[in-house]
Amino acid sequence: MALQVEDLRVHYRTMRGDVRALDGVTFGLEDGEIMGLAGESGCGKTTLGKSLIRLDGRMRHVGGSAVLDGAELPIGDDRAMNARRFTDVSIIPQYSMSAMNPTRKIGKLTADLLRAKGRSYREVRPELVRRLELVGLSEKVLGNYPIELSGGMKQRMVMVLSTLLDPSLLIADEVTSALDVSNQKAVAETLVRFRDLGFVKSMIVVTHDLSLVYQIADTIMIMYAGQVVEKAPASTIINAPRHPYTKALIGALPEVGLEYGDKRLKSIPGKPPQLLNPPTGCRFRARCPIAEDRCAEEPPAVPIADDHVASCWKVGS
Amino acid sequence: MTAGVTPDTEVIGKRSEHLYFALRNPKVVIGLAIVIGLLLLGVIGPFFLQGHPNDYIGPKSEPPSSEYWMGTTYFGQDVFAQFVHGLRSSYVVGGLGSFIAFVIGLTVGFTAGYRGGLVDEFLNMLTNVVLVLPALAVLIVISSYLEARGIISQAVIIGLFSWPWVARAVRAQTFTLRNRDYVDLAKLTGKRAPQIIVREIMPNMASYLLMSLILLFGGAILFAAMLDFIGLGPSDAVSLGTMMQQSKDWSALHLKLWWWFVPPGLAITAIVGSLYITNVGLDEVFNPKLREM
Amino acid sequence: MGRYFRRKLLIYGVTFFIAVTINFAIPRLMPGDPVARMLTRNSVANPETSEALRSYFQDLFGLDVPLWQQYLNYWSALFRGDMGVSIYAFPSPVADVVLDALPYTLALLLPAILLSWFAGNGLGALAARNKLLDNTVLPVGYLFTAVPYMWLALLLVWAGGVLLGWFPVAGGYSFALTPAPTWTFFVDLVHHWFLPFLSLFVVALGGWAIGMRNLVIYELESDYSNYLQALGAPRRLVRRYAFRNAMLPQISGLALQLGVVLGGALVTEVVFAYPGLGDLMLNAIQSQDFFLLQGILMFIVVGVLIFNFLADVVYVLVDPRTRLGLEGGQS
Repeated sequence: MALQVEDLRVHYRTMRGDVRALDGVTFGLEDGEIMGLAGESGCGKTTLGKSLIRLDGRMRHVGGSAVLDGAELPIGDDRAMNARRFTDVSIIPQYSMSAMNPTRKIGKLTADLLRAKGRSYREVRPELVRRLELVGLSEKVLGNYPIELSGGMKQRMVMVLSTLLDPSLLIADEVTSALDVSNQKAVAETLVRFRDLGFVKSMIVVTHDLSLVYQIADTIMIMYAGQVVEKAPASTIINAPRHPYTKALIGALPEVGLEYGDKRLKSIPGKPPQLLNPPTGCRFRARCPIAEDRCAEEPPAVPIADDHVASCWKVGS
Repeated sequence: MTAGVTPDTEVIGKRSEHLYFALRNPKVVIGLAIVIGLLLLGVIGPFFLQGHPNDYIGPKSEPPSSEYWMGTTYFGQDVFAQFVHGLRSSYVVGGLGSFIAFVIGLTVGFTAGYRGGLVDEFLNMLTNVVLVLPALAVLIVISSYLEARGIISQAVIIGLFSWPWVARAVRAQTFTLRNRDYVDLAKLTGKRAPQIIVREIMPNMASYLLMSLILLFGGAILFAAMLDFIGLGPSDAVSLGTMMQQSKDWSALHLKLWWWFVPPGLAITAIVGSLYITNVGLDEVFNPKLREM
Repeated sequence: MGRYFRRKLLIYGVTFFIAVTINFAIPRLMPGDPVARMLTRNSVANPETSEALRSYFQDLFGLDVPLWQQYLNYWSALFRGDMGVSIYAFPSPVADVVLDALPYTLALLLPAILLSWFAGNGLGALAARNKLLDNTVLPVGYLFTAVPYMWLALLLVWAGGVLLGWFPVAGGYSFALTPAPTWTFFVDLVHHWFLPFLSLFVVALGGWAIGMRNLVIYELESDYSNYLQALGAPRRLVRRYAFRNAMLPQISGLALQLGVVLGGALVTEVVFAYPGLGDLMLNAIQSQDFFLLQGILMFIVVGVLIFNFLADVVYVLVDPRTRLGLEGGQS
């Protein structure tokens, strides 16, 4: 396994107590696997993505581990993580449009970053140019300031920059949220190409757009209220989900070709629980159509098939 | 109109939350305590003192004692009496001057930001010109021509030169806020520009406006003191600035009459410093992110 | 970039125009005959001098020609460098009197502004990343900016001059010495210069430190800073970028603060009887010497505009966004 995450717990410190953003997350990622990470707002997917590379100011690593390529990632130790960043694990942030220093030429910025990692800009440049051309950027952008580039160009530049040192794990954090549909397609395809060309070994694509991630992901993991709810190959999740939450989520998606007319899209009633004091037992219980008494106890992760896991009492029969 | 209610209730809800945190923020509490304390001294104090602060009431150049809490001047005037009257004078000019600057700055900023176009270009030019003009120098020249100088005229001319930075900031904020949905809704219901500005845009800037007013107040007090010190203050009044001017003119430094010049400057430092600290505290109250750090 | 400079030059042009017009208009807006007022308030005992002054001023004010022509005469005189004759320093022309005092003010102002700017920025940047330092720099900084310039000057005179006796308390140089390019004279100059300089420096320092600290914190929280750190950039690199970007608003701030520090310099000179423009202004006010006052104002305005322009040039050189004309810069 390229990445193995075991019972990861990350809390946000607030004045009113700890918000348990990640409460026991366990999953694995193979070499070459592109995993889509989806769920409602506040389910913890962005926190998971961030915690694998850099914890925010208020996030605290309170338990669990993440092992990449056999070596543990020192998530809680910012200084120690620096050595693994960019080379082993990298990120394409949600804010790619403003990710580059506006007062520094892009080429100089790249050189600074490379030098910080002990690499020579001159040596890496040919490969850099090759990759720029791959995404449709001219070599000239290296002499430009970020403000001279369009939004789409900046996105592509950041994608190239983040993967320049061929990281084992790439986290793509909501990279398509701010784009129009045609750009979304281009970015999604570029991500796959990076994996195919070996620039990146495995990828976690954090998104709230299931229909997009279905096009490129090998597997999809659904999260709810800080925990993993189901993980399976992409087609299985979309066509044959087992967890009630996943089923409801898929059910809420509009289908191409069908006219909805007077019918309404089925949304899931209710709201996700507060993570300051999460309820005991299964967290989806309050909104689950098939909940029963047993659900007052936290459900285990049930392996349904070789590559399919779901956390529900009603599954696995 | 339900459309107008939502922003209002949001703002009101926020207001009571702000008040809660403000009263618990040590910077705000201590800062305001000092400012209000000295204000009370300046307002109430004169009622307990007899005569005019410039009266010659006692022995000359006496250090502070139980009888004369801040000693006497070279001429035998009660320094404490002057101090108390001076406080009142500084607060009045500072308050009035900053209020005038505030009103001008708001008007210019809102108008420029809301209307845009030529009006904006013109007001922007006006703002920049007043900004570049070296205020004290111009005020000195203007003041020296005035035959009789009163508190009002001093406040007015201070106000006329302190507003540009407020106008700039208000203009920038107005640009952003005028494109918000609730403004469009208000326009659709036929509300006129001034109404929209006052009821939709201003409440969303309220915290920033409050902080600007505090900064203006501090700045006006400093400005007034400098004008007084050069001798361009109100012709008859006693102020903290004139105390310092007189003490310097009558060799208080060489005669070591420290009780004459130390208290007025100390009071100004305390007031202005407390205003700044209060502002920092208010910033924490309005920006919760800072609170948690 | 061209547009940027055109805007700036327009602003400065208009400002200059307005300053000149204020100078021209104010004495004429006051009720009564300006010349008579200037003369009656002036204690000129000698009747002949009084007559000479009167006819000179009549000429100068040119009150016998229509107002618009007076205005044009005023402008042409200005461009000739003729700002009238000083009453206080009669019969020296105003321009000469001002030029004599100017170097002293520049000697105070320029080092004080520049040094406090550099030192304040450095302190602020350090405070932004060191919690301990922050807890001292911040309150001290606020204290310094709240101190009135002349009060600190008074304190320094009292402490350094009267109590400790280490520094002289008045004048630009010892009365016993005559100005000469000698080492002793230079040392004496610096000796007299130090306390007023220190006074300006300390008060201005606080403001820069606080401003820089806030700006650096803001930059350290920006998206590009987060991205750099996510890619494992060392602290030093992140700080370097944040510092460089935070300097930009400080450069514009420099031009804006000039007016404030200038005001401070004026009152500080008054305290120290330092023979610069401030001291001169005080004398002009006390002698009701309006020509001198106006002349001083002209010099000050021109100086401020030049300084602003230089700051604008530096800003353009340092901020690529303005250079590319894609943002209007600080307008």
